[in-house]
Amino acid sequence: MELFLHQILAGLATGGIYACMALAVVMIYQAIDHLNFAQGEMAMFSTFISWQLIQWGTPFWLAFGLTIIISFAAGLVIERVVLKPIHDAPVLSHVVAFIALLAILNSGAGFIWDYTIKNFPSPFGSGPFLGLSLLSKHDAGMIFVTLLMLVLLYLFFRHTRIGLAMRAAAANPESARLAGIRVGWMNGLGWGMAAAVGSVAGMLIAPVVFLEPNMMLSILLYGFAGAVVGGLTSPGGAVFGGFSVGIIENLAGTYIPVVGREMKLSIALCIIVAVLCVKPSGLFGRPVVTRV
Amino acid sequence: MRNAMRALIASVAISIVAASPAAAQKKYDPGASDTEIRIGNIMPYSGPASAYGTIGKAQAAYFRMINEQGGINGRKITFISYDDAYSPPKTVEQARKLVEGDEVLLIFSSLGTASNSAIHKYMNAKKVPQLFVATGATKWGDPKNFPWTMGFQPNYQSEGRIYAKFILEHRAAGKIAVLFQNDDYGKDVLKGLKDGLGARTSMIIAEMPYETADPTVDSQIVRLKASGADIFVNISTPKFAAQAIKKVAELGWKPLHILNNVSGSIGSVLRPAGFENSKGILSTAYFKDQTDPALANDPGVKEWTAFMDKYYPEGDKTNSSNVSAYTTARLLVQVLKQCGDNLTRENVMRQAASLKKVDLGMLLPGITVSTSPTDFFPLEELQMRRFNGEGWENFGPIISGEIGS
Amino acid sequence: MHGPVTEKHLAPPEAQIGGIALSHWRLMVLVVGLAVAAAVPFVLKNFFIFQITLAIIYAIAILGLNLLTGFNGQFSLGHSAFYAIGAYTAAIMMDGFDISYVWTLPAAALVCFVFGFLFGLPALRLEGIYLALATFALAIAIPQFLKSTLVEHWTGGVQGITIIKPDAPFGLPLNSDQWLYLFTGVVAILMYWCATNLIKSRTGRALIAIRDHPVAASAMGINVALYKSLTFGVSALYTGVAGALGAIAISFVAPDSFTFQLAIALFVGLVVGGVASIPGTIVGGFFVLFVPNIAESFSKGLAGAVYGIILLLVIYLMPTGAAGLGRWVTGRLMKQDR
Repeated sequence: MELFLHQILAGLATGGIYACMALAVVMIYQAIDHLNFAQGEMAMFSTFISWQLIQWGTPFWLAFGLTIIISFAAGLVIERVVLKPIHDAPVLSHVVAFIALLAILNSGAGFIWDYTIKNFPSPFGSGPFLGLSLLSKHDAGMIFVTLLMLVLLYLFFRHTRIGLAMRAAAANPESARLAGIRVGWMNGLGWGMAAAVGSVAGMLIAPVVFLEPNMMLSILLYGFAGAVVGGLTSPGGAVFGGFSVGIIENLAGTYIPVVGREMKLSIALCIIVAVLCVKPSGLFGRPVVTRV
Repeated sequence: MRNAMRALIASVAISIVAASPAAAQKKYDPGASDTEIRIGNIMPYSGPASAYGTIGKAQAAYFRMINEQGGINGRKITFISYDDAYSPPKTVEQARKLVEGDEVLLIFSSLGTASNSAIHKYMNAKKVPQLFVATGATKWGDPKNFPWTMGFQPNYQSEGRIYAKFILEHRAAGKIAVLFQNDDYGKDVLKGLKDGLGARTSMIIAEMPYETADPTVDSQIVRLKASGADIFVNISTPKFAAQAIKKVAELGWKPLHILNNVSGSIGSVLRPAGFENSKGILSTAYFKDQTDPALANDPGVKEWTAFMDKYYPEGDKTNSSNVSAYTTARLLVQVLKQCGDNLTRENVMRQAASLKKVDLGMLLPGITVSTSPTDFFPLEELQMRRFNGEGWENFGPIISGEIGS
Repeated sequence: MHGPVTEKHLAPPEAQIGGIALSHWRLMVLVVGLAVAAAVPFVLKNFFIFQITLAIIYAIAILGLNLLTGFNGQFSLGHSAFYAIGAYTAAIMMDGFDISYVWTLPAAALVCFVFGFLFGLPALRLEGIYLALATFALAIAIPQFLKSTLVEHWTGGVQGITIIKPDAPFGLPLNSDQWLYLFTGVVAILMYWCATNLIKSRTGRALIAIRDHPVAASAMGINVALYKSLTFGVSALYTGVAGALGAIAISFVAPDSFTFQLAIALFVGLVVGGVASIPGTIVGGFFVLFVPNIAESFSKGLAGAVYGIILLLVIYLMPTGAAGLGRWVTGRLMKQDR
């Protein structure tokens, strides 16, 4: 029983990472209606920028804030400059553009900062949380910040005019234009926000996994899985999904004999696919209804 | 009369030429000529193992240095290195490109067990040397079946056996938990450990694998601690080793912590993990620790540091991969120098298989390179060392691995 | 008075460039292409023959993906899994059971078809992103499964399986590279011919209808569920055969050869060649093989970035892929005629 609880706690800790990433994924999905493969690399690159600022002597929270602003600007620029020319291209071409972005960011980060792992400081300090040796202060802090971001984003999208405009622009660009919304700039804003959220995710994750150019690739995949199982239309669902993936993976690794250890990720993914077969739009997602 | 003189001079001239020592005759295989030696290399410059790409860059820098110093017996080295992104099909393609397209004399220091496995048969069928492969897998030292392939670093099973031996000598009543990377290398070290424990393999009460795709190994460490073991054998690569060290400390677990030597770098592993957390960790080494301030005046270290400063300034001096790169390149240059003017592939292998106690600046005192036609393991010796919170302290004798010697 | 107005007068004139019918142009391009392809093994060095063989193999794999994603609208990020299954089927048959390489192709085809069909059944309920995730799960699971100790005995685990490259049969004066090229070429021609006929047939139109208007298609009486699952099977079959050919060409299989990176590469090849274009897949195959090499020759350290930039440029200039570019060019040429 103790082991079970331990694994749940440990799962919550790693799940916190996935939940954070899943939130960023859903953010951008709500803003642009696309799956952005480059999300992880953008977060990684932002974290490197933050690291570099800290290396140059910037105090942590100032670097943190600056990075969010820089990432927001970069996201906006990427959307307006890199993605604008292919606005009218088919969806699949967009996905390839994201893959291209992924390659550029990954290779660029490796070139500038090389591949040795780097320590990224945690603002929450190290050491156990409330004496629980399984949950560190940082893990708890990460979960707290993720939930805080979730609430802020929910409020933003539900209760501010810009949030509403962004949702409209993503869901139905034509009608949004007719309503006077500048769709192009809404998309850009969406990317900027997604980049900013991603950078927070990156800066929270790096202290745990250590900063290096390849750190986000697998986390992004877990984040996708969490976002999808929770439902891509529901940020809360995505966070829940992220935590679930962490816990399921840990339990599978511990309790399923032989295969469990070797194929944790596969088992977690299989469970997710099974969930999807029962609820095709994710646990909390709204089913998309197409009019005939 | 004049004709006879001419004939006499001609015949004398001919006999002088014919009587010249055989050394003046040059023999070349593709890739070698009067002015050039072409060396091929395949590295993961991109993809999941891109951290090791620095090895290729350091080696290129080393050969640049040799060229500036006059080359090898007057011949310039052309070092051609391709990226295989750690994907075996790409390795095959690049190897064929090097051998058939660029016509290199040999392929040197190709990295990765799977990558090298993919070209193993091809290189031996084509009779092209696959020298000093950058992986410790035990299967590279098999001259009978694969006479054209030779490894370099002490093989992983030897390392595992050495840890087993240490445990049996110092903690015979202990219980062992193992973390290992779920691939060739991880399983190889684990096999060595188990073979070394022999009848006492039951000392291992928990073994947890991890994949390189796993973001962290935290949950594995939780599981290992829960087993109640008091010895922890950590078979992982730098990033995961650092995570493991940190998590072990966070959980308040204080086992006898044995770390495999690929992750022994102070700069790449112990500093990020935290020096306090790393205190007391045991490992093995065959290289001098270039970050050890006590060795700052060691001639080998000084030579290496000067090389890095001048030729590879952007390289990370705390990364022991760059020491490994320097040493293998130096060894290759030695082998090629020994070939003299007979630069055939066969002679290259012959020279590589007749090294006698070669000292290479950054090897620990007492450790040298030796090979023979039946011994294709250039390095087999290791020494144990302990991290005292500031640096590594070597202790104990130079131990020889027991495989293939 | 003229005779009755016949249909021939009412039919639109056949598309022409320079006075020659478009279909004749296509035939000429095809014939020239085949002639060039046939000359390759006797003109180029072994290593290039090997590379082109690989490009053709990737093209077949991308063709499989195209059938599913391009023509049937089912987004798959997991085709590396079928490629892997095909490759391992071939390797296990050749190494474990000493069966000739020729039989591995139909075996891989069958195994992958069944597997694809079985996977396609539960995936019926999934759309778009959700299907992408399910297929991605497959792409991750298969290499993990191949490595696992459960099946190590057959798959060789992490060490993989080495197989022997076949020689030309009947003592033909061809080396193994030339022979393999011709063998692959013949298989490719056969498979492309089948795919073209499939798409042109009623079945093909049904597939496309399902992609564009699933509800209307179902209302017209098309058994959407059956067609979608069958398409999954056929798509897996194509990629599986490519995998088997790949295993023979490389003479080595290991779980590391079939990672998610391969799935992404196939997907990129699909889009670059042109979604829903059969000839485009050939461009895709060559792109996947050669462009990373080109990127590397620009800069070792930034090879990935150069590759990304090339990819972006390709997408900017040809948003609908090479096939789209081809259509645009023929369109301009036809316009010029009038």
